[in-house]
Amino acid sequence: MTLELSRLHRRFAGFQALDDVSLSIAPGEFLALLGPSGSGKTTLLRILAGLDYPDSGSVHNDGENFLAQPARERRIGMVFQHYALFRHLTVVENIAFGLRVRPWRLRPSRGEIRARVDRLLRRVQLEGMGARYPAQLSGGQRQRVALARALAVEPDMLLLDEPFGALDAQVRVTLRRWLRELHEELELTTVFVTHDQEEALELADRVAVMNNGRIEQVGTPEVIYQQPATPFVCEFIGKVNRFNVWSGNQGFAAGSWSLHDDPWQGRYTEAVAYVRPEQLRLAAPASQPAWEARLRHIYLAGSVAHLDLYVASLDLSLEADVASEDLSRLGLQAGMELRVAPRGAVLFPLDRDGRPLSAERWIWQARSPVPA
Amino acid sequence: MSAVMRSRTVAWPRRLVHVVLIALALVFLVLFLLLPLATVFVEAFRQGVAPYLEAIKQPEALSAIKLTLLVAVIAVPLNLVFGVAAAWAITRFEFPGKALLGAFIDLPFSVSPVVSGLVYVLLFGAQGWFGPWLDDHGIKIIFAVPGLVLATIFVTLPFVARELIPLMQAQGSEEEEAARVLGASGWQMFFRVTLPNIRWALLYGVLLCNARAMGEFGAVSVVSGHIRGLTTTMPLEVEMRYNEYEYVGAFAIASLLALLALLTLALKSLLEWRYGDEIAAHAPGGH
Repeated sequence: MTLELSRLHRRFAGFQALDDVSLSIAPGEFLALLGPSGSGKTTLLRILAGLDYPDSGSVHNDGENFLAQPARERRIGMVFQHYALFRHLTVVENIAFGLRVRPWRLRPSRGEIRARVDRLLRRVQLEGMGARYPAQLSGGQRQRVALARALAVEPDMLLLDEPFGALDAQVRVTLRRWLRELHEELELTTVFVTHDQEEALELADRVAVMNNGRIEQVGTPEVIYQQPATPFVCEFIGKVNRFNVWSGNQGFAAGSWSLHDDPWQGRYTEAVAYVRPEQLRLAAPASQPAWEARLRHIYLAGSVAHLDLYVASLDLSLEADVASEDLSRLGLQAGMELRVAPRGAVLFPLDRDGRPLSAERWIWQARSPVPA
Repeated sequence: MSAVMRSRTVAWPRRLVHVVLIALALVFLVLFLLLPLATVFVEAFRQGVAPYLEAIKQPEALSAIKLTLLVAVIAVPLNLVFGVAAAWAITRFEFPGKALLGAFIDLPFSVSPVVSGLVYVLLFGAQGWFGPWLDDHGIKIIFAVPGLVLATIFVTLPFVARELIPLMQAQGSEEEEAARVLGASGWQMFFRVTLPNIRWALLYGVLLCNARAMGEFGAVSVVSGHIRGLTTTMPLEVEMRYNEYEYVGAFAIASLLALLALLTLALKSLLEWRYGDEIAAHAPGGH
């Protein structure tokens, strides 16, 4: 089923949870709704589930009015943030719930229900746990019971609200991969809500980045990461260095580093630039414009090293990432001076009030990429 | 080593404080609770078992027992339904006046029972607002059974709701929402998810509600009219017999009420011990 969400608005006392949200969800796709808390992503999910309704706007399912259908008729499976398992029912009874509450004409026989529950228990790797109560399970096991319960009704669409939020880091990564495999196997349209950008980029086919009730950008993880549409997306996705550049004789520049270009042809005098930590060259040749920066500290984090750099002429702190094994190759040591220059940047011009203009985005790449 | 020694010297006066406090509490308990309770039974059986049974078997006593049970059988289920509905509304919906409803549920606890009774007299009594109309249609509320039931409902209204609201607030509505998305109808959701989650708290609330319904004196006294054999409940019968110097009779019926109280206390303790985590920790207002 293709879902068309069109111009959804939802207001709660004192704040706009959804502000003119339009989105289409293709059959079989794995879509992430990514945003900070209060960005409206959970509200959007609840509207799809039939647990909340928009003040205005529409949702159509292959041309049919989806909002007119009550929750129980939407053929949706939902996994709640805290799983919402029925605490007084066993694992088996939890999974069978959606089948047992059906009217008797549509209800499978006892044997059939039992067989389906057994299949699901195997699928979520919980054989032998059927007689336990939710309180006797670990967080990861509860999450899989919640998933099996949602799948038992053979939904057309799976909704997951912060599915990994309450788990510890190790379990989280394992379950993430497992969920991805499950999705590829079932080819079920899946929408999940998360505030964790790493999770969204790793799992989803498409990511919708939300902020203040609006969708800032929708795209594949690559596009979201490499071509962020707004300053918010730049700052929310991954780590990023931010600084201002001013237009001069040779295009936009910041201190001794210059872009040698002005795509806006003099219409703006100032712009904000975003540069990812891995986009910084640490040993730029003398022929190229660069900053003199001091390497203040090296934070070694496993395979990656985070470098804390300081450009005194601009009073600017920068973070650069290099592979740990490159540290010795480049002879990097805390306290040394480096010639630092961005290889690429995303820039937004500032209007007269200092507001960045997303529509005028400029993705800049250094002309002759030379390995650092 | 020296630290242990020092802590011992400190511990002595402290332990003395413990002993004194515990002794004080026990003396208080015996003096003001156990002694009066024992008196009830001692006085009831002062002339032996036969007069005790005789006193209970009197028609007025039997009718008082029947009336008390009748009032409780009507008032308690009504307050059960109201309590669940009110708790549901307060914990599951957003609506204007919600805080006000929450405050009003507590009203019977903060108003003197006598005032609660008087309110009904002013509404339905012969000189009351609806008095003449009721009189014209031959409906009797005050000085009759309906008045007793109304006054009892009013006085016992908060028990079930007060017990359920904190629990339902703590449990949240996620499980109910999960049931809805899984295809449950409203009733299925209530009976398969909500009710099992609140059953012990509900039973606890009903127990307290029932104890109060059977033991209520003040409000019931105002609307009863004290017509023997017709509108006297057990607490009223106790008072009337006592005033007529019929001590054995008064204490015999009082002993039944005391037994009911002890039974309620035992069940309540059992529930608290067994399902303490599913019952809101606070006990609602006094009897």
